[in-house]
Amino acid sequence: MKKNEDTRVIVGMSGGVDSSVTALLLKEQGYDVVGIFMKNWDDTDEFGVCTATEDFDDVVRVCNQLDIPYYAVNFEKQYWDKVFTYFLDEYKAGRTPNPDVMCNKEIKFKAFLDHALSLGADYVATGHYAQVRHTGDRAEMLRGVDDNKDQTYFLNQLSEDVLKRVMFPLGNLPKTEVRRIAKENGLATANKRDSTGICFIGERNFKEFLSEYLPAQPGKIMTLDGEVKGEHDGLMYYTIGQRQGLGIGGPGGPWFVVGKNLEDNVLYVGADYHNDALYSDALIATDINWINEAPTEAFHCTAKFRYRQKDNGVTVYPNEDGTAKVIFDNPERAITPGQAVVFYQDEICLGGGTIDEIIKDDKYLDYVG
Amino acid sequence: MKAIYLDHAATTPVHPKVAEAMTESLQENFGNPSSIHSFGRKARQVLDKARSVAAQSIKATEKDIVFTSGGTEADNIAITGVALANQDKGKHIITTKIEHHATLHTAENLEKQGFDVTYLDVNEHGVINLEQLKNALRDDTILVTVMMVNNETGVIQPIAEIGELLADHQAYFHTDAVQAYGMLPIDVGELKVDLLTVSSHKINGPKGLGFLYVHPDVTLQALQHGGEQERKRRPGTENVAAIAGFTEAIQLAQTEREQRYQQYQNYRDLFLQILRDRNVNFSLNGENSERVPNIINVSFPGTNVEALLTNFDLSGVAASSGSACTAGSVEPSHVLSAMYTENSSCTTNSIRFSFGLANTQENIAEAAEKVAKIVQRLTN
Repeated sequence: MKKNEDTRVIVGMSGGVDSSVTALLLKEQGYDVVGIFMKNWDDTDEFGVCTATEDFDDVVRVCNQLDIPYYAVNFEKQYWDKVFTYFLDEYKAGRTPNPDVMCNKEIKFKAFLDHALSLGADYVATGHYAQVRHTGDRAEMLRGVDDNKDQTYFLNQLSEDVLKRVMFPLGNLPKTEVRRIAKENGLATANKRDSTGICFIGERNFKEFLSEYLPAQPGKIMTLDGEVKGEHDGLMYYTIGQRQGLGIGGPGGPWFVVGKNLEDNVLYVGADYHNDALYSDALIATDINWINEAPTEAFHCTAKFRYRQKDNGVTVYPNEDGTAKVIFDNPERAITPGQAVVFYQDEICLGGGTIDEIIKDDKYLDYVG
Repeated sequence: MKAIYLDHAATTPVHPKVAEAMTESLQENFGNPSSIHSFGRKARQVLDKARSVAAQSIKATEKDIVFTSGGTEADNIAITGVALANQDKGKHIITTKIEHHATLHTAENLEKQGFDVTYLDVNEHGVINLEQLKNALRDDTILVTVMMVNNETGVIQPIAEIGELLADHQAYFHTDAVQAYGMLPIDVGELKVDLLTVSSHKINGPKGLGFLYVHPDVTLQALQHGGEQERKRRPGTENVAAIAGFTEAIQLAQTEREQRYQQYQNYRDLFLQILRDRNVNFSLNGENSERVPNIINVSFPGTNVEALLTNFDLSGVAASSGSACTAGSVEPSHVLSAMYTENSSCTTNSIRFSFGLANTQENIAEAAEKVAKIVQRLTN
């Protein structure tokens, strides 16, 4: 095996505290560490100011503190083609996309990995809260130990071949410990706020952002019984199970989004968090990725249907065409087309897919989506 | 691994004799040249000598030399200073699309203040067209500014011809000679230039220093105000130690100019020969133009600047490109865009290698082998 000092690890650095500590830990372990900043989105404003400039400045400061070389690479075109186009297409289809899953699949662990390998990297590392277990020639992905931060949900599309080249040094640490390490070492980013939301939208208003790219068509808000409750700003702005921002009150509420009818441009709402219309018992997932061996028969495991959700028992019926039927042990609330379903066997992440169809009592819920 | 420096057009190592002169001045000559006492006089002597050496190096007289904080400031004083002082004669300025940003951004700033600027094209060889310049000249043209040697390609512009063309025109003629100085012989009278910019750190002198030659007939408005230094054209207490070093650097550049020219030509030929011997697919931007020998701009088809420069650096070869890639944004080189159009792949796959004091026959060969290997790996 190569010695650490002869092992080049290229760290994807965002200018945040997580990737800063990632680089620090690897450097402490004696690896040949190189920091690379990815620029995936151009948000330059009318004054020529761009958040990437400040973030890159932080990368520079941290790398200089660690005395490691740093570079930048531009993936704006790849990001636009592979992530943002998908993002808009899904919204156009009335679904709720997950650009982070796509970004990991197409950019961080594809374009960036390829770039790193062309620079002689043995591994790439990121500040994700997940763990990779390398055993001989095999690699498995495990949940991060910090339950609240575990990011395997977003990494479900990675393959074993990719994971062989990946390190997640933060996977066995709680976030509080990462902050503590950053402060203890006086890293320039130790007190920097965590970024929130989708990276290309940042702190901006989501509705405003989306309306710049997709025409919004206002329409009626109705109950499933056909009672008109108000007007919506465009179906793409709403997601299944949502309560906030509907702008309707009155008796019978609170109201929740229980479905969308794209054809008639109607947003369906129902009263009560536990509205029956929000519950389903199975789904069809597409684009399934199995990190290790693909199962050939039905099996029982646990699954997450959204980030930070508790696991739920499911039985998976895999098909040969990369789709699967997933039957829930118990009815689930607000399963959302476009989001990821991710499978686990205890601590091991098996992979996942995109939620495509929702099923209740053997019937497709065609008003959802 | 000892890194090999092939980026002398960005900056150069300080010559040991320059460092020696600066150290001596710092330690033993702290006076203010404007003071009337013995300490001041001693410092003033350093300044007087520097002015004389600088003037001789371009066949000018002492009074024509204005020390500045570097090439950028000299360009700013020349362009904005002339524009503001001569706006009663007209508000038209002519420059080129391939100037350094110190010129281009200064011109753009003047446009915002109501000046009219014409940006001349260059052909695919990187040279301006004198006919286009002639046609662009107007009665209200007050300044023409064209660089002597382009910093990205090393291509030489027809400065003497422009000087000749402007001899009977009211427009002043400024040239940014930052990359030419030390490589080409310069005689401001022969070239008929009115203003000329020189930078210290491109010729093995210290950073933060340069000078502007200003012909006695040129009227100039100062951009900053203060004391009487530099005949009010650039007030502020002089950086005496740096000026002492600059003096040494100028003298070395003058006495060694021909020898350096030959040496860098050898480096260049060796470097390119190794690339050819290793069957590297490349082309030389500006190949068919007159160029200085210490700068080459090489296009490697099928590659991109980011991957090349990162790979070069990680394997110990320091080079650069005209494409700015700060914070991951790749702006195609404005110089190569002007030569080939913005959509040409040359604008994003070209690397500048520039030779100088840090080089030897051996490290040039070593660097060329590394470059060849990396390009082969990235294109196969």
